[in-house]
Amino acid sequence: MAKLDLVMFEEEFSQLQEIIGRLQVDSSSKVVFLVDKNGQQIAASGDVRSIDATSLASLTAGNVAATDGLAKLIGEKEFSLLFHEGEKDNLHISIVGKRGILVVIFDQNSSLALVRLRVKKASRELQEIFEKVEQRAQGAASESSKFESPFSEITDEDIDKLFGD
Amino acid sequence: MTFINYASREINCKIVYYGPGLCGKTTNIQWIHEQASPEKRGKLVSLATETDRTLFFDFLPLDMGTVKGFKVRFHLYTVPGQVFYDASRKLILRGCDGVIFVADSQRARLEANIESIANLATNLRDNGFDIRTIPYVLQLNKRDMPSAAPVAEMERLLRFRNEPMLEAVANKGTGVIETLKACARQILMDLQRN
Repeated sequence: MAKLDLVMFEEEFSQLQEIIGRLQVDSSSKVVFLVDKNGQQIAASGDVRSIDATSLASLTAGNVAATDGLAKLIGEKEFSLLFHEGEKDNLHISIVGKRGILVVIFDQNSSLALVRLRVKKASRELQEIFEKVEQRAQGAASESSKFESPFSEITDEDIDKLFGD
Repeated sequence: MTFINYASREINCKIVYYGPGLCGKTTNIQWIHEQASPEKRGKLVSLATETDRTLFFDFLPLDMGTVKGFKVRFHLYTVPGQVFYDASRKLILRGCDGVIFVADSQRARLEANIESIANLATNLRDNGFDIRTIPYVLQLNKRDMPSAAPVAEMERLLRFRNEPMLEAVANKGTGVIETLKACARQILMDLQRN
């Protein structure tokens, strides 16, 4: 079964956060998002409040998935980079490892060349962390979970409460 | 694929509404969007044609509250039901945690339902999932239509793994939340087991 949950701990999360924070400053961009290929936001940096981050994550993943489909149709493995040019703001989308998508939003204070350069370096660092997370997930799956999951005691009442019953 | 973030103490789950064209998938999540309190619901995103047919997907994020100190967030997606959008349907199933199959109860759509379940099985398999084990709910929608087939007949044709089966009239909200809850329960119980 291809279902391995993505479990992110504090330490990895702060590493990811630090890398994209640095990328946002170094590339002079407005916002940087790291999202998962399934459409969930992992981390963000910059003027995040100006954007509906949840919709952005889901639409980006949809966009990447559709472009992936197009790539396969013409015999490519994937298109690792998408660029959308607007009147003021531009969107640079790139694939990180197997499951990450890096989204950089920038305006005339930066340039495509600078963004590409900085993204390249940040991607390598992000990929290392993703690999670590992946390895741990596989290790946990084969050793039947070393750490105590907080969800091992979810009850029917917990679920009823979620739905306000 | 559930995303558990220990840093922000959040669990994110993806639920996909599947079914033949015009069976009421979008109506289900529109109703949830309308009745959910504004602090719980996110923005409803619809990628639809000019005639309001789903082109790629609808998306609704829902904050459900907390379980064991973790914020639970559901991401609801619908697929385009029309047969020729199969490539898009396959993409949307990627990384899903649970599926709600919305069946159209009208007699004339019985075959379309059967075909759509077969298509779901294929597309799940291509994404590495098994339709026999993934959290799954069968909703019999449009129960108020005069041409609705009897529940027993629909059950015989469409129910294949003793999955929760709920009757619904999605445009009036009947059975909509109950269906979502049945799916959420299976997903969270899966988390408990894993």
